[in-house]
Amino acid sequence: MILLLLIIIPLAGGLLSWIAAARNTLWPRYIALACLLADLAVTAQIWATYPASGGQWLYQYKTDWVPHFGISLNLAMDGLSLLMLVLTFFLGALAVLISWKEINQRVGFFHFNLLFVLAGITGVFLTMDLFLFYFFWEMMLIPMYFLIGIWGHENREYAANKFFIFTQAGGLLMLLAILALYFIHGANTGVYTYDYFSLLNTPMQQETARWLMLGFLIAFMVKLPAVPFHTWLPDAHTEAPTAGSVILAGLLLKTGAYGILRLVLPLFPEASAYFAPWIMFLGVLGIIYGGMLAYAQTDLKRLIAYTSVSHMGFVLVGAFSFNALAYEGVVMQMIAHGISTGALFIIAGALYERIHTRNILEMGGLWSKMPVMGSATMIFVMASLGLPGLGNFVAEFLILMGSWQANRWITVFAAIGLVVATAYSLRIMQKVFFGQGTRQYTLSDLNKRELVIIVALVMAILLLGLHPQPVLKTSQKTDYVVR
Amino acid sequence: MSFADFISLGPLITLFTAVVISMLLIAIKRNHRITYAFSLLAYLMALTAIIPAALYIPHTVPPLLVVDEFSLFNTGLGLTSGFIILLLSYNYFEEREERKEEYYLLLPLATTGALVLVVSRHFMSLFLGLEILSISLYGLIAYLRARERSDEAGIKYLILAALSSAFLLFGMALVYAFTGHMDFPGIGAALRQAGYIPVTVLAGFGMMLIGIGFKLGVVPFHMWAPDIYEGAPLPVSAFIATISKGGMLVVLIRFYVDIHGNDYSMIWWMLAIVAVASMFAGNWLALTQQNIKRILAYSSIAHMGYILVAFLSGVQTGLEAISFYLVAYFITSIGAFGVLIVMSSSVQDAETLDDYRGMFWRYPWVATVFTAMLLSLAGIPLTAGFIGKFYIVMAGVNGHMWFLLFMLVINSVIGLYYYIRIIAMMFKAPATGEVTYIKPSLPVAGNITLMLLTLVLIGLGVYPTAMMQLIQQMMKMIV
Repeated sequence: MILLLLIIIPLAGGLLSWIAAARNTLWPRYIALACLLADLAVTAQIWATYPASGGQWLYQYKTDWVPHFGISLNLAMDGLSLLMLVLTFFLGALAVLISWKEINQRVGFFHFNLLFVLAGITGVFLTMDLFLFYFFWEMMLIPMYFLIGIWGHENREYAANKFFIFTQAGGLLMLLAILALYFIHGANTGVYTYDYFSLLNTPMQQETARWLMLGFLIAFMVKLPAVPFHTWLPDAHTEAPTAGSVILAGLLLKTGAYGILRLVLPLFPEASAYFAPWIMFLGVLGIIYGGMLAYAQTDLKRLIAYTSVSHMGFVLVGAFSFNALAYEGVVMQMIAHGISTGALFIIAGALYERIHTRNILEMGGLWSKMPVMGSATMIFVMASLGLPGLGNFVAEFLILMGSWQANRWITVFAAIGLVVATAYSLRIMQKVFFGQGTRQYTLSDLNKRELVIIVALVMAILLLGLHPQPVLKTSQKTDYVVR
Repeated sequence: MSFADFISLGPLITLFTAVVISMLLIAIKRNHRITYAFSLLAYLMALTAIIPAALYIPHTVPPLLVVDEFSLFNTGLGLTSGFIILLLSYNYFEEREERKEEYYLLLPLATTGALVLVVSRHFMSLFLGLEILSISLYGLIAYLRARERSDEAGIKYLILAALSSAFLLFGMALVYAFTGHMDFPGIGAALRQAGYIPVTVLAGFGMMLIGIGFKLGVVPFHMWAPDIYEGAPLPVSAFIATISKGGMLVVLIRFYVDIHGNDYSMIWWMLAIVAVASMFAGNWLALTQQNIKRILAYSSIAHMGYILVAFLSGVQTGLEAISFYLVAYFITSIGAFGVLIVMSSSVQDAETLDDYRGMFWRYPWVATVFTAMLLSLAGIPLTAGFIGKFYIVMAGVNGHMWFLLFMLVINSVIGLYYYIRIIAMMFKAPATGEVTYIKPSLPVAGNITLMLLTLVLIGLGVYPTAMMQLIQQMMKMIV
């Protein structure tokens, strides 16, 4: 029941804040914040009391929905979902805070959409029914589309359409695969169900399994995004409002990674092993190509967007290395990337608010004017390039260690990606905060609200880097497929 | 006719009796309000007449008609849709036409035609229903005589419908010439006995397909659709999009099931080609349109293609899927046209994309409804359209129609683009200073109707179980 509540709170909050906006534009902000903090408190409480022993599944909730097709409202939480949910509500609350001043128009509708996206993401992380998974998967698209399309920057409609069509196309392939799985399982066992646990051990022919696996995989690779399905991402990130970018980079991309860990690997272990070298190759391609593209950008948000392509490449490499070390690294990477990239987008948004450009060629020498923001950026840039002591280092180190056992050459090239990361990360610092500015700005440093956000993020990324054990311990309880 | 026959055909009889009475009413005194109220009452009574009819099912009126759960379900669907269209019509005609009362003769009459199609299982009744429907539609399409496009659309429909009827008749004659039967089960039995389809019968089916395909508006018989949707009064367009097509589809399903169409690959292939062509042509042409009526026309061509995919999957689930999809599609189409109706001013219909620019900020409520309807057409969760599409895809997977499904997926994505283009238009900043044909205040009845439609739409999207069970139970009866 508590799991259902986690989804219902943002849904109800979304409706409420839409209605409340008619009275006062402050109300939706407080309502949204309250809902997300409540959810955060609940998940944090669960995490704090996370038992060291016992079964994999912490909470389960199951009730019929469409019994006619064997669809049930089936929610369950394990270590992986728990970590993802803590991240979701943490970043969600921050997203409300950053839009406090940025969003002035249609405030109620904005928070409605924000909370619905978060509810959809929560649903994806919790559901153990494949129909429901698809349902939530699609449900989060529309509000995200509105977030980009209404509150975005100049080219917002193009970006929103592209985002929507790419993810929807991937989603429909997944739908076909889900349905095929459903019927194959039904034909073999006589039980027609979308239940994840029942479908886990569906006997089927190798060739069929490969096709179905590709259906799932493409949907998740579009979301992740992996080369060559990544082209929607820079547009969507660049045009979205700051809160939208944070949600996109921090959470939406993670649903793709989560899908791979939760569905692709356990449902199709043999097929995954069969395709693993190719997928790892695509992962490495993403790491290097994404990094190079990032280096070439002049638009700050676009640059950060391409770094996501690069970082998410590590997720692919790790997920298909098939060993426990790499899986822990992947989970770590999902969280660390969510926080570090989210933070960079927040900083880019704050800069844009002050100087109204995202072009890094027009910046420079900003450190002297905004030392606090500069040092915060420094921390996250360092995180992004994988400096020890910060979360991303732990993640990438674990992934590389794991993939070394699986495929050495892939690991070598993935490690080269770290060098590329250093190049683009330092370029951000150099162009924005050091060097000579072409224009003179009068700027104010971070205000109190921004400081709260940034400090929270800095704490999180430092904690992940210096004391990763709680996260690793929690994720270890999850039953990934290790061969 | 026996007593049971009367009861079984109750809805049909009620409705056309009402048409006669309202003709007399108009002859005595012209009064828009009274005629309108009486027609609403007639629809309600016809709907009530379904209840006693349900006691006698399955009941046949040999050799022409059959009343079973399937036909009663679709009768109910048609009557409800007609009722809703009527509700939306009042203000529309009140503002436009001097002589509005005849509309209330033609609309129930056209509905009657569709209801005859729904219960028919014989060439005679099929043709009869079709002609009642078509002839009423000629009048309905050209009803707003003052408008240039209206006449043009009416004449276009007249000529094309007459031509397609001729093909249909010729096709029927060929089938009859070989099989010696005009009732569907008889034809099926004759074909089964022969064990194959002779060329004459195949040619006959082909010609019938022209007639049926015309009414359904599938490629390559779709040319009329955009012009007629554009030229007809909006409530009539809604009628053509839903009841007219639905009635034809029901009779096609019954025919196909009765002749065991799936056993003959030639028939299957004919329909499969039509399905794929409809999906592509409909979606592709919709992309290029600036007029929402034409977009809806092309999208309905594509939707007929989707329905055919379920139809061709050859499994029980397919027929269930069609029924569910039809319900969803009826709600959605009427809802979308309803939005157009309430937004149209008396000068001109609000039909171009530009009319809807920034509507979300001026009429948030109507824009929300429209968004919900469009999302349902696109098949996005929380709407009935999503469950409908899911059901169709499920039927396709169950029947291993991988190629058709792949086409469907590609087309869904294409379709998505023009639906969200309309939605995006509603979110754009309002244009300043331009004259748009949108009226300042909205009719109450229209708003309430739209609200109910939206509630049902989301209700079916979130909790489809009850409807699914009803459909599944019903489909057991006809297969």
